[in-house]
Amino acid sequence: MPSRWAKSPFPKGRYYFSGNEAAAEGAIAAGCRFYSGYPITPSSELMERMAVRLRKVGGIFIQMEDEIASICAVLGASWAGAKAMTATSGPGFSLMQEGIGYAAFTETPCVIVDVQRAGPCTGQATKVGSGDILQARYGSHGDYQVIALSPWSSQEMYDLTLRAFNLSEQYRVPVMVMADEAVGHLRETIEVAPRIEVWDRKKEKGAAPFDIEGQDSVPPMPSFGEGERLSVTGSTHDGYGFRKTDDPEIQARLVGRINRKILDHKRSIIETESHFMEEAEIAVIAYGFTARTGLFVVNRLRKEGKNVGMLRLKTLWPFPDEAVAEAGRKVKKIMVPEMNLGQVAGEVKKYVPCDVISLSQTNGEVIGPEKILETLKKI
Amino acid sequence: MARALAKYIRPGVKDTPFCPGCGHGILMGLILRAIDDLKMDMKRMLFVSGIGCAAWIPSPHYNGDTLHTLHGRALAFATGAKLFNPDLCVMVVSGDGDLSSIGGNHLIHAARRNIDLKVICANNMIYGMTGGQVASTTPRGSKTSTTGEGNPYHPFDLCKLVEGAGATYVARFSVTQPVSLIQSIKKMLLHKGFSFIEVLSPCPTQFGRRNRLDRPDEMVKDLIRRCILEEEAEGLTEEQRAEKIITGEFLS
Repeated sequence: MPSRWAKSPFPKGRYYFSGNEAAAEGAIAAGCRFYSGYPITPSSELMERMAVRLRKVGGIFIQMEDEIASICAVLGASWAGAKAMTATSGPGFSLMQEGIGYAAFTETPCVIVDVQRAGPCTGQATKVGSGDILQARYGSHGDYQVIALSPWSSQEMYDLTLRAFNLSEQYRVPVMVMADEAVGHLRETIEVAPRIEVWDRKKEKGAAPFDIEGQDSVPPMPSFGEGERLSVTGSTHDGYGFRKTDDPEIQARLVGRINRKILDHKRSIIETESHFMEEAEIAVIAYGFTARTGLFVVNRLRKEGKNVGMLRLKTLWPFPDEAVAEAGRKVKKIMVPEMNLGQVAGEVKKYVPCDVISLSQTNGEVIGPEKILETLKKI
Repeated sequence: MARALAKYIRPGVKDTPFCPGCGHGILMGLILRAIDDLKMDMKRMLFVSGIGCAAWIPSPHYNGDTLHTLHGRALAFATGAKLFNPDLCVMVVSGDGDLSSIGGNHLIHAARRNIDLKVICANNMIYGMTGGQVASTTPRGSKTSTTGEGNPYHPFDLCKLVEGAGATYVARFSVTQPVSLIQSIKKMLLHKGFSFIEVLSPCPTQFGRRNRLDRPDEMVKDLIRRCILEEEAEGLTEEQRAEKIITGEFLS
């Protein structure tokens, strides 16, 4: 498979970045050379940093007229050969959904960073939320898969944005970094490794770009201008991109493959992190900024002798069903704190036999340790 | 289509998808004639289109790179591709509803940026593919499936719109003016910057049959009668002028 080691654009060392800035640096490190976006709080610093950085590394930056145009320009650039990205927040993420569906169906690599804010609608633009988790998975029409990652620190804004590009190139799928306002605006030190593993989309002259033997596989992807005379369409298409809008077999085959190519590889896509889960009787399952508070409380309770552990979801989609099911077999109760009305708690319930307690907070504030502590003590 | 142009057609394409009497097939050939006259390298050409009948003019028929996108978004996709690979010659071929209604915001902004995109808007003044609904280009008073008593609103003048927004080559011709149209497309291909040609294309199936022009030849004759050059319009009264369509190069 086409992965290679590249020199980091920064010398090895420690740097002080906001989450949004770190995500921009992770993108540059991964080889992102195209960014199109539209201003929106609380993600704008990411775009502003990309405007400066892409100029320095010889990439292309453009501020588009809206988020619909932003995602579409990303997809056009991706087919022209770019590793391309955009970043946004709730209202913009809503506008991008049709483009995300196009990316999934035409197997166009792209990265979208969603710095989530308190919704619905315009909501509280400067306040935190994580109400876009189910939208990330189901926001566009039809049956498709995406990959969604959940960073909890500036370090992971860097690492997971970099990984998002790699997964996107490897699987030809839109990858979302589901950050939140708290992580985006957090300032902390990150460490940059001297070398980074980078994936590039595979190419094979003359091969069909939209079909391949084996339903779990990813076809090669040529770029415009390479003489391949590509035909790309968001209508149902055969292996060479001819529209097949009334052929039931081709429709079933294509929809089947774009789903299976992700689901059949979920073990290499999904990352979770366990804390004290070996002897835990109660588990906190958390993600994003809320997992920081979760771990703080778990650490404190363990010092008091309580058998509490935490499972942190670094990948949200495809959903870490096996890790969650395993946690569910070990513990008596699971608590899921999140800044929405139980979007991930509902998912967890599908895979565990034990009680799942959803701790929801949708007031535009991060969930404080007292609230998690109080809920855990009641259990 | 003439055999000489066969090399510009993607192998595997057997026929055009258009209804009898549709002007899009004529336009499909005229664009290729301009490309052939200039000996353009099809390996460097990217044709981007949106959704609707006109979007099928290039996709998948032309034997270059073709990108059939989302409804209204062709120009945004084209902008991304052209900016990242400036060596591509990027032509957008799409319909009036796609480019000027659902995609109207992208149209004025692409013109404002004056990025080197060659935009051909096939204007049949109606939503053909979805069954003949009123468009932002339907003439006032015309009947459509959603304006049974006639369209109450004024249509866009697309050429004035893009010129005002900053396009640097603007023209309007009808498929009934093939020689002028080929010359115009050639000029567009050689022009650097945002260039726009509105091409009037008859739709007897959806527009004509609701407006006493059911037969393809009646629609063609109607276009021939109504399309005049700017200088020909000078002596006309306001009333006479109202039913004419002014064609020609407005900005070059």
